[in-house]
Amino acid sequence: MSATDAVLDPVALLAGRLADYRATVHRCHPSGLAAAVATALARTHRVAAPADLPAAWLSAWHGDVVHDDAGAPLALAELDAPAVSVVTGCAVAMAETGTIILDAGPRQGRRALTLVPDHHVCVVAADQIAVSVPQALARLADPTRPLTMISGPSATSDIELNRVEGVHGPRRLDVILTDDPAPSR
Amino acid sequence: MSSVPSPITAARPFPEAARSALADQQLRDNLRRATATIRDKRQRVVDEVPDWEDLRTAGARIKDDVLARLPELLAQFEAAATAAGARVHRAADAAEACRIVTGLVRATGSDEVVKVKSMATQEIGLNEALADAGVAAVETDLAELIVQLADDTPSHILVPAIHYNRSQIRDIFARRMPGVDLSTLTDDPPALAEAARRHLRAKFLSTEVAISGANFAVAETGTLVVVESEGNGRMCLTLPDTLISVVGVEKIVPTFADLGVFLQLLPRSSTGERMNPYTSMWTGVTPGDGPGDVHIVLLDNGRTPMLADPVGRQALRCIRCSACLNVCPVYERVGGHAYGSVYPGPIGAILTPQLTGQAAGANHTLPYASTLCGACYDACPVKINIPEVLVHLRASGPKPPAARAGMRAVARVMRRPRWYRAGLRLLRWAAAPWRLVARGGQVRRLPWPMSAWTAGRDAPLPPRGSFRDWWARR
Repeated sequence: MSATDAVLDPVALLAGRLADYRATVHRCHPSGLAAAVATALARTHRVAAPADLPAAWLSAWHGDVVHDDAGAPLALAELDAPAVSVVTGCAVAMAETGTIILDAGPRQGRRALTLVPDHHVCVVAADQIAVSVPQALARLADPTRPLTMISGPSATSDIELNRVEGVHGPRRLDVILTDDPAPSR
Repeated sequence: MSSVPSPITAARPFPEAARSALADQQLRDNLRRATATIRDKRQRVVDEVPDWEDLRTAGARIKDDVLARLPELLAQFEAAATAAGARVHRAADAAEACRIVTGLVRATGSDEVVKVKSMATQEIGLNEALADAGVAAVETDLAELIVQLADDTPSHILVPAIHYNRSQIRDIFARRMPGVDLSTLTDDPPALAEAARRHLRAKFLSTEVAISGANFAVAETGTLVVVESEGNGRMCLTLPDTLISVVGVEKIVPTFADLGVFLQLLPRSSTGERMNPYTSMWTGVTPGDGPGDVHIVLLDNGRTPMLADPVGRQALRCIRCSACLNVCPVYERVGGHAYGSVYPGPIGAILTPQLTGQAAGANHTLPYASTLCGACYDACPVKINIPEVLVHLRASGPKPPAARAGMRAVARVMRRPRWYRAGLRLLRWAAAPWRLVARGGQVRRLPWPMSAWTAGRDAPLPPRGSFRDWWARR
């Protein structure tokens, strides 16, 4: 995809770049969000979520949900249990590199929440997508918040310099891109 | 000088160390495969960026600006980080940095720390210093873990275990990794990554102190940045109570927006990815999110003296991507250990002797570890003119007295046309018998005292006639 196409359709560019790095991408209309989240959670026993995650996002999911609250944070062992998935939003996404940025802001929770579970489901709205690295950094509200940039699932290139997915971070990353078909461009 | 071997002082002259490395066929196979892989990957993602050359220029300019006003930016960084709740320490040299970090770890009462891969802590020999103080340092980056389990030393800036192939790594895990499950351990890379995950999981969730380096330190905000792949960095930077980061003073960038340049240059140059899987940024302490006790040790260790050399100081632009290693024909054949420093390859050949001074150990031989082909300069994301610095260091470094006297004599002859013509005639006469044994116009070994000259290079035979002779005959 050329740079011009990217500016025209950052959602498609982001989806392609995420898939390149073995993230599972779901694209849907905002009204189909809950169903897409439930699909991503097919193998999940329990969902861990930041306290301010909109309840509607999990409305089609019928399993167990635990919330991570500043007053009562979940224990690491609870996050590390098998088949736990974490569902969050994000601050900004970077289309050109297939990157999601978390800044511990709304719908994201603290850093450990998106790190310890083996499966991360991240919801990205079309208006959160910037095209380039500098554009994405400029859109962060406050760079002194704890920031995590995520490009695909955990990986390593340490064995013969070939990329292998799945080391210490979440081994599965599902990204749900919600796109309004009539955006105000 | 201390008698403990320094991680940035070559014990053996480079030609001698290179000879033993060249004799290792397995090593050369492993390096050829790994560097060829990464060269292709890098080229693909670099070609995809239309303004790559402008990005390189921007990266070089930002770093030059930093080097021009380093004290001011360090003070700004320190003030911002301190205001955000970090405690900033300054270390003039390796010994002081080790003393500070060891003291901080001891104060926590822990006898074990988890570590994120860091060149700065390699450079100061921190793991050894911690061990002397009774603290076990657990490397959590996969390649560092391999090297640590093998009781070996790193041979590459980015992939310290590049000299091992998958079956060698499997053997190291089988022999040295406590509690490894031999029934599932194959030499398949995902199986090896899984073994590392299981081995380190409990440590991440329970260890109270972590030690890291940083790829960038933002003066404007007091923010530190760690760029990584596996998630071991996120684990170490997020879960422990205490975080100690050792940061070379040249890691400073002036503003947060400057990261927009370097976060494009670094991943594409180092692992050949559009973006590395994980980048963490933190500014001091955030209550309820991550370590509550955050320390930053700003390390000089020979950097400030380098600023006085207008040619050599460009080595301090380095962002440790290791692209220069991967394209270097010398590195590809000898590997990292031959350089005798934690900084190998082309950048190591100019950085190591400048950090220590050329008088340290055999470091003065490192600027000769190059064919001056210039591939490193083309690959460097911050446009460090490595060949220029190599030649500069050769000119300013120590040379054998005989070579010095010989060069002076040649210079005297070349200043006088008549002597020069006579000299050439004499040379052609003396070279006549060599034409019978020389191959391709080159002599491999000359007799003493010229044998010192041909120990490291071939000597070309002089042409049969000079241009002046030919012109005179017309």
